[in-house]
Amino acid sequence: MSGRLPQRAGEWIDRSKPVEFRFEGQAFRGFSGDTISTALWASGVRLLGRSFKYHRPRGIFSLANHDVSVLVEGGGRTNIRADIEPIAPGMDVKAVNTSGGLWSDRLRFTETFSKFMPVGFYYKAFHRPRWLFPIAERAMRRVAGLGKISPSSVFGHSPKRYDFCDVLVVGTGPAGLSAAVAAAEQGLDVLLVDEQPRIGGSLLYQHVGAGRELMEKVAALPNVRVLTGTTATGYYADHWVALVDSRKLTKLRAGAVVVATGVHEQPSVFHGNDIPGVMLGSAAQRLIHLYAVQPMRRGVVLACGADGYRVALDLHGAGVEVAALADLRVGGEPGDIGKRVLEAGIPVHRGHCVYEAHRAGDKPSLGAVVLAKLNEQNEPDAQRTVKIDCDGLAVSVGYAPAGALLYQAGAKFGYESAVEQLIPRTLPSGVFAAGRVNGVYAPEEKIADGRRAGLEAAKFLGKEVADPARWNRRASEGDLEGGTSGGPTHPYPVYAHRQGKNFIDLDEDLHLADFVNAHQEGFDNIELMKRYSTVGMGASQGKHANMLAVRVLAKLNGATVDQTGTTTSRPFYHPVPLGHLAGRRFHPLRRTPMHALHERAGAHFMHVGAWLRPEYYQVGHQSREESIFAEAKNVRDHVGLIDVGTLGKIQVCGPEAAAFLERLYTGRFTTQKVGLGRYALALDESGVVIDDGLVGRFAEDMFYVTTTTSASDAMYREMQRWALIWKMKVLLANATGRLTAVNLVGPASRSVLAGLTDIDLTPASFPYLAVRRGMVCGVAARVMRVGFVGELGYEIHFRADAGVHVWRALIDAGRRAGIRPFGVEAQRLLRLEKGHLIVSQDTDALTNPIEAGLEFALGKGKDFYVGQRSLEILRKQELMRKLVGFTLPADFKGPWPEECHLVIENGRIAGRVTSFARRSNVGQPIGLAFVTPDRAAPGTRFSIRVEGGKMIEATVAKLPFYDPQGVRQKP
Amino acid sequence: MKIIHCPINGPRPIQEFAYGGEVREMPTPGSCSDEQWADYVFNRKGEPGIKREWWYHLASGAWFVAERDVVTDTFVRTYLYGEEPATAPGPWKGRASDEEAR
Repeated sequence: MSGRLPQRAGEWIDRSKPVEFRFEGQAFRGFSGDTISTALWASGVRLLGRSFKYHRPRGIFSLANHDVSVLVEGGGRTNIRADIEPIAPGMDVKAVNTSGGLWSDRLRFTETFSKFMPVGFYYKAFHRPRWLFPIAERAMRRVAGLGKISPSSVFGHSPKRYDFCDVLVVGTGPAGLSAAVAAAEQGLDVLLVDEQPRIGGSLLYQHVGAGRELMEKVAALPNVRVLTGTTATGYYADHWVALVDSRKLTKLRAGAVVVATGVHEQPSVFHGNDIPGVMLGSAAQRLIHLYAVQPMRRGVVLACGADGYRVALDLHGAGVEVAALADLRVGGEPGDIGKRVLEAGIPVHRGHCVYEAHRAGDKPSLGAVVLAKLNEQNEPDAQRTVKIDCDGLAVSVGYAPAGALLYQAGAKFGYESAVEQLIPRTLPSGVFAAGRVNGVYAPEEKIADGRRAGLEAAKFLGKEVADPARWNRRASEGDLEGGTSGGPTHPYPVYAHRQGKNFIDLDEDLHLADFVNAHQEGFDNIELMKRYSTVGMGASQGKHANMLAVRVLAKLNGATVDQTGTTTSRPFYHPVPLGHLAGRRFHPLRRTPMHALHERAGAHFMHVGAWLRPEYYQVGHQSREESIFAEAKNVRDHVGLIDVGTLGKIQVCGPEAAAFLERLYTGRFTTQKVGLGRYALALDESGVVIDDGLVGRFAEDMFYVTTTTSASDAMYREMQRWALIWKMKVLLANATGRLTAVNLVGPASRSVLAGLTDIDLTPASFPYLAVRRGMVCGVAARVMRVGFVGELGYEIHFRADAGVHVWRALIDAGRRAGIRPFGVEAQRLLRLEKGHLIVSQDTDALTNPIEAGLEFALGKGKDFYVGQRSLEILRKQELMRKLVGFTLPADFKGPWPEECHLVIENGRIAGRVTSFARRSNVGQPIGLAFVTPDRAAPGTRFSIRVEGGKMIEATVAKLPFYDPQGVRQKP
Repeated sequence: MKIIHCPINGPRPIQEFAYGGEVREMPTPGSCSDEQWADYVFNRKGEPGIKREWWYHLASGAWFVAERDVVTDTFVRTYLYGEEPATAPGPWKGRASDEEAR
């Protein structure tokens, strides 16, 4: 471990725990706390990965979670960021997207052809001849790309967590810590999150030793919770923030959010600025202070402010021979730190840039840099250069705000020339920014600015805070750090080179010339430039490229940064494993109280809305069709019992209940006698059929209403709304879950029920369509005589917890009469025989009652009901279709029509089948279908196109098919 | 995820609510023209600005009216139908202020 420094205070590695791991098949050693990159760097490895497109060698660049040219795969995972992934014993990883391994990647010659791959080449090339494109596409996909997903990897669910706090503080640098302390001191519940494994942010590597007090305070405050290794990846409405750690997703609701996410250090653009050994100043500092790794032996520093001088001193302190410091400013560094650098014997080249970086011979790492004198236009003079041998270059030329969360929250940024940076100008309510993301740089200023943000958050949450703005430390024009030397960020650290590979986007291998070309082709808007060049679309989402792209485009357009704008920042800020986002497929499922009894009786269940209902009961080895028909026939011949507990059951009470129902439904209810039930049809305002059911009047001011299973929630909701709008004196109670219901139906139903109830069932006393209250099987019940399936029957409604008891008692009592439970399918057949439609099966989202044959249900001479006015208009228009019954010959053998098969007339669609049964109690196949009105008369023949395009003929029949006089349901 | 102030239940997350469409004045069915009626039934306002909407709190079954700025997608205020208040409420300010309110 040649590159390891002596033990230092605050280092993240544990030297007592060596860790062995494998990289590209070779064994390496590091310490617990090392990342893959730092352990390799300490072992002298400089080539860590290959770039996305040209397969150029890459090494440590940011060491800040954005080194996306150094992705590794292994252990079933891919695209692991080596700069932050901790090493673990037994780990075995290799670089992604190489051919034949990292060291001798055969694809490294791709770059030779880079002349033929200008920006956007894949939009233009390989389109002619057409057969070439798939081949070219395959080749390109093989060359460019990231890791391979292992198809054998096992999908595991990650846990989801909900969390709440008063103030969320994102970022634990000096500003974030200070904001957390300020808010916590106001008695607020504070949550502090940081993507790094430890709190401190830049205090840990840039201003080492400062801010210790704050860290201690945070640890001592009981109302500050700290989550490290946690990234705030997305901001959603009303302070809802997605927190992602290695294990899970946390959905956090905060009262206020302080964003102290700091900045991303930005590269300089020069020839060879991606060679391993060229790294950001903060990466060098992280290596030294966090991992005790010497970043380089003989190094050069590129600076434009005090931070670069600090990097030089840190390198010097780590035993690096700092061969030169190139300062982009002609004036150099005026402060004390400038003096200290000179005292350390570091040669300072004022007004110089790095013009070229060269590899060390044929090695894939840095061997020398060429500095060039800058003229007054900030352009390098290729004649006045100095070449310096070195194995490392630390670039410290400025920052861009890590403002993703603020952008997502709706903040508006503007360019502040005092700090040469975009800073938030307006913030949404309850969102605050502090520290470097807010353009505040000096450590003590950041602490003050954090305090301001924490206090503003407290004030927002209703705390009495006097003038938090007095802590405001944001710089504005003419208020420069150090007086004359400019801010920490250089406005244009971009240096063109004649043959240069001067990379702007290291994710996507985009260099300066690509931008110039794109601009020449007319992509002079930042959003267009992004899409054409793909800048910022790589794995780091342009953390080190977007701002440079904006600056380059601004210069090309002769515009300001503000005029140029930025691209949109969307969640997620950082890649999130899909498993963290995948839900558990929770669906509400309702079972009736009798569910277990159905199961025991051999029921096959079907989903109806949220409910599970018996489709049919399997007896012995009978087929589905045989079972359904047997159940239906048993109802016609003897008696059957069906669970209708899923029906909507709504009580409508009050002095205006009848008037209310009359406005809601199409029928008459004010004239309804107590003790009688009526069919009820509901329309929407456009006259479309939305529901039907039964309205039973149990008292002058008390109605009991049933709705279809799937519409029960919606109908109850609409009833509530209309009651509000009409300001009517009604009380609505949804008893759908509290009550259950069964329908005992068949010629023998009266004799079965007679022994179980105190209600007088004689026809004179309880006629067809009457409703009664009484005891059934010892349970208080409402009993209604309904005709849906067309036999004598009693629909019995009672408390849900008595469901099992009543069901069993009825089955027991009916045994001698031949009772059998029947399911939804048998009921569908029985009602089809009676010609009764099912809303939403035989009707659709446009069906009006006129075409559905429901005119009998429309009250005549009513003042108002929902949909009435629309029907008035519809009546003036030509009828488009009509729902009719149809039959097939009794000896029909197929091919069979099915629901939704089309009715065809003269080669055109003229309707569709809505219901069909192959076998029925009327001796032939029957169905319902929409046809054109001219084909609606009984006896008319029409064609149905069935499976495979074959046409069959059907005949319109008069409804109902079964018992046209309706005598069977009336005795 | 948005927070909606239910006038009955206070601030609740949006997944507890169902949207009920724009609040519209029904023209008098007996006297309006067919065109006026069709306009009422089928046309909705798409213009930017404050829109009055029906929202329903699913868990408690409460309908109320929300005034929402459809440009910024922010709820300006909510109230029960027919009980339009004189002043607008402020934004939700987290648990601390809720506790104080209690």
